[in-house]
Amino acid sequence: MKRGYTLFWLVPFLLVISLYPVVTKSVIARETVFIILMYVSLAASLNIIMGYAGYVSFGHIVYYGIGGYVAFYLMHHVGVRLVPAMLVAGLFSALMALAVGEAVLRLRGAIFAIATIGVNEAIKSLVTNLSFLGGATGMFFNFKIYRAYGGAAKAIWYAYYVMVAVTLITVVVSYFIKTSKFGLGLFSIREDEDAAFVLGVNTKRFKSLAYAFSAFFPGMVGAVFFFKAGNIEPEDAFHLVKSIEMIFMVMLGGYGTASGPVLGALIYERLKGMLLVNPLFKNLHLAIAGFVLLLIVLFAPGGLVGYLRSKFRKLRGVLE
Amino acid sequence: MRRFLSVLVGLLFLGSILAGNVWAKNKIVIGFTMSQTGKLNAESKDQFDGLKLWQDWVNSKGGIYVKALGKRLPVKFVYYDDESSKDRVQQLYVRLINKDGADFLISPYSSGLTASAAIIAEQYGKVMVATGAASDSIFNKGYTHVFQIYTPASRYLTGSLDLLKALDPKAKRLAIIYEQSNFAKAVATAAKKYAEKKGFEVVLFESYAKGTTDFTSFLNKIAAKKPDAIIGGGHFTDGETFAKQLYEQRIRVKLVSLLVAPAVPKFAEIGKAALYVTAPSQWEPKAKYSKEAAQRLGIEWYGPTADWFVREYKKRYGEAPGYHAAGGFVAGLVLQKAIEDAGCLDSEKVVKALEKMNIMTFYGAIAFDTGEYYGRQKAHEMVYLQWQMKNGKLVKEVIWPESAASAKPVYPYYKKY
Amino acid sequence: MEAFVSALLNGVLLGLAYGLAAIGLNLIWGVMKVINLSHGAFIALGMFASYFLFHSFGLSPFVSVILVLALGLVVGMVAYFIALHRVISAPELSTLLSTYSLSLIIIGVGTFVFTTNPRAIDVGLGSLHVLGTYIPAAKVLTGVYSLIFTVLLYIFLYKTWTGKAIRAVSMNRVAAEFMGVNTTFILSLSFGIGIALAMVAGALIASVFPFTILSGGVYELKSFVICVLGGLGSPLGALVGGLVLGLLENVLTLKMSVGYVPFIEFLILVVILLVKPSGLLGKE
Repeated sequence: MKRGYTLFWLVPFLLVISLYPVVTKSVIARETVFIILMYVSLAASLNIIMGYAGYVSFGHIVYYGIGGYVAFYLMHHVGVRLVPAMLVAGLFSALMALAVGEAVLRLRGAIFAIATIGVNEAIKSLVTNLSFLGGATGMFFNFKIYRAYGGAAKAIWYAYYVMVAVTLITVVVSYFIKTSKFGLGLFSIREDEDAAFVLGVNTKRFKSLAYAFSAFFPGMVGAVFFFKAGNIEPEDAFHLVKSIEMIFMVMLGGYGTASGPVLGALIYERLKGMLLVNPLFKNLHLAIAGFVLLLIVLFAPGGLVGYLRSKFRKLRGVLE
Repeated sequence: MRRFLSVLVGLLFLGSILAGNVWAKNKIVIGFTMSQTGKLNAESKDQFDGLKLWQDWVNSKGGIYVKALGKRLPVKFVYYDDESSKDRVQQLYVRLINKDGADFLISPYSSGLTASAAIIAEQYGKVMVATGAASDSIFNKGYTHVFQIYTPASRYLTGSLDLLKALDPKAKRLAIIYEQSNFAKAVATAAKKYAEKKGFEVVLFESYAKGTTDFTSFLNKIAAKKPDAIIGGGHFTDGETFAKQLYEQRIRVKLVSLLVAPAVPKFAEIGKAALYVTAPSQWEPKAKYSKEAAQRLGIEWYGPTADWFVREYKKRYGEAPGYHAAGGFVAGLVLQKAIEDAGCLDSEKVVKALEKMNIMTFYGAIAFDTGEYYGRQKAHEMVYLQWQMKNGKLVKEVIWPESAASAKPVYPYYKKY
Repeated sequence: MEAFVSALLNGVLLGLAYGLAAIGLNLIWGVMKVINLSHGAFIALGMFASYFLFHSFGLSPFVSVILVLALGLVVGMVAYFIALHRVISAPELSTLLSTYSLSLIIIGVGTFVFTTNPRAIDVGLGSLHVLGTYIPAAKVLTGVYSLIFTVLLYIFLYKTWTGKAIRAVSMNRVAAEFMGVNTTFILSLSFGIGIALAMVAGALIASVFPFTILSGGVYELKSFVICVLGGLGSPLGALVGGLVLGLLENVLTLKMSVGYVPFIEFLILVVILLVKPSGLLGKE
């Protein structure tokens, strides 16, 4: 499949954003960009199953939670360092997705969406009852754990760099999936799964693989986030609202496009960050977010990128 | 028009730069997040109301006296909504410290959020007074800037057991139930340990999911074990529901001691179901902590009296304060005392002052652990209350410890059936 | 034994109320193929409507429920035209998100206005002593009312012209349109009824359990489980599903740790979807 020029601006763009806090040594910027990157990565990975294959994974946050728990357990109880723990967490999430996907990917449409909510809630409840994971209390790091990284201040920067790497990889991989034959297969599933099957697309394998990819990155993101947060508990790890925020970002940017989720996450985070600290709106940010989402769904279902692509044909090569 | 706009934008820009660079220290900035939305909103709001009352109280006197500057500095709050979720807590605390120039921090409500914020406070070496966070586990993590106002979870329900022992030495069978939350689990686990040490028989030790509203069958199961006492619970809603359904099903137990819910004045809305329920509380308007009591113990008294606090709070918010509100007020008060003792705004010196602090306030005694659980509250004691009937009205009375009691306990609970 | 009888009675009564809540969700899914993610928000709205009618006008929830029903019908139909009409034929994702954004708006404004402070309606009807156990009268009334509303809905759907039109649209929207059914009206009416039932269920549940503006979420998730149990799209299946869930919650907990109940519920949800997506009663 022919590739456009999207990556030529998207990657430098992300790099500039990521380097900004490093160059200015601004920790406020670092915190903001950390969250932006986290959302970019989450949205871009959700987009693989939701945007490309058309399967709306409503409880997708479950893989972020699983990854978070696996990594936290390894770091806290086994003494593994962040990066290896994160990789194990990602792989574990992906394997879980393969197993869960084996079952739920047989469902379609809204039924699939509900099943994924069920999976998230069931796993949250299970973790809450498992005492080796700390149950409802969750797990807390000892502050000393950050010494291995040169103290808490350095550890947070370290977590930041790791997040930058994870995000860049997520975005690049999601782009290559979209423009590959594999991606084409996924799009055919989204348009008409039965037709795709008849035409010889191994729909089952394609879907499973897409689902695994879209679980791998959230698993790693969860690992980094909870490393930085210093504690983990079921309520935060399997927070359904966050799952829906991910969907929001994908929609805002334009689902099914590679650059859409990135822009969507960026705009969403800036918007929310602004509303949260604005004295006039901070009490109503939830309602405003709802209102904006409604407007998008009703009037610009293709999201920002979809809108631009339909308005300006020339942009199609750079906005994939 | 366009020229006018660009000039305006330029002026605004300049203004914002200048505003950020005013360096003369003319106020003390205290930063925190509160849960304006989400599940912790109710408790967090009470805590904030208490804190706000402290701010107005201290500012009405001109502020906190800082010796090094030889003058009083007024207190300014900067706060944001954490949405009751961990996602943004760290971001907001970093912002509070770096952008808003917070000199001191107060924790969010709840142990979970406080644990996340603590890392940031520690990282920047900012003092954080933790209120509304009762977990012990935050304090053996090597932090040296976090100081706890609440009596920790490990000592939450122990008094209920002492009370039961004093009332009825033959009552041995105990059912411990708890909500699946950080706080409730910590309390229940500690209570179980204590109970077993004291010779109680724990006949049931079981948790229930957050958001549970139907305890009907759970209560049947508890009743089947024939416990003498039921202790535990979680937060407000579940505790209130539990008490209500316990009464509706006429379970015959001798003592009921629940977390959080009965300590909140609203608990009275369930009517007779509230009667004779006991609860641990961080503070009660009727708890007798006074200047005289402080003198007897030979420690310093600090801050306003309980009467003043209750009166002012009622005047302002139209309802009696619960302990969340008192905890908010005292968080500010402790910070104020520490700054005055330190005589400057330097974090490390304030830490030293907090380490040495040993005072009595209307909320009770305050002193901090400096050992393995550095910063954990060690002096403050829980009081235990019971809902009783006075002149046809439900009132909260302090029944334990005896030294602080305002009324005699009514026993057994099922007397009311 | 006593415990078991009590569990059965409570399970049935509560199951009826759960069922009523789920019927609203199921009707909307059946007729419009929309998973209504604002279901929980509307349940909470019903709770608050009942609360204010009780506290401002002294109306018992068992009287004011008629007003809540009417209110729900109007609000629901308006909501349909605002949030759904434009995307009713779009892919499911659009309707999922538009109903979710409705929920965000309701919860957002609700939190601002009501805070998340818990509230309760104390109807003060006391407890009934039945078969050796005590059951609150409000719970009995809630069960009875739920049953009545379900029967009324059944009569409406099967005996009136409009009801038949609703069922026709649920079977085949295009064909119904050709037959002269005003589908826009029917769709908005169905959404209105679905919302009204959710709000009524909320109002009834509020007389039994305390609630906050966020409480709807719990019942929404329960409603999903119920709908799946009873078969998505089948209004009466929802009643059966509700009974099953109510009994399950009450009887199961006698034997196992209460903390595992949500896990079991959601496990059932996933397993039924996989094994028998038409629900327990559904045809193969």
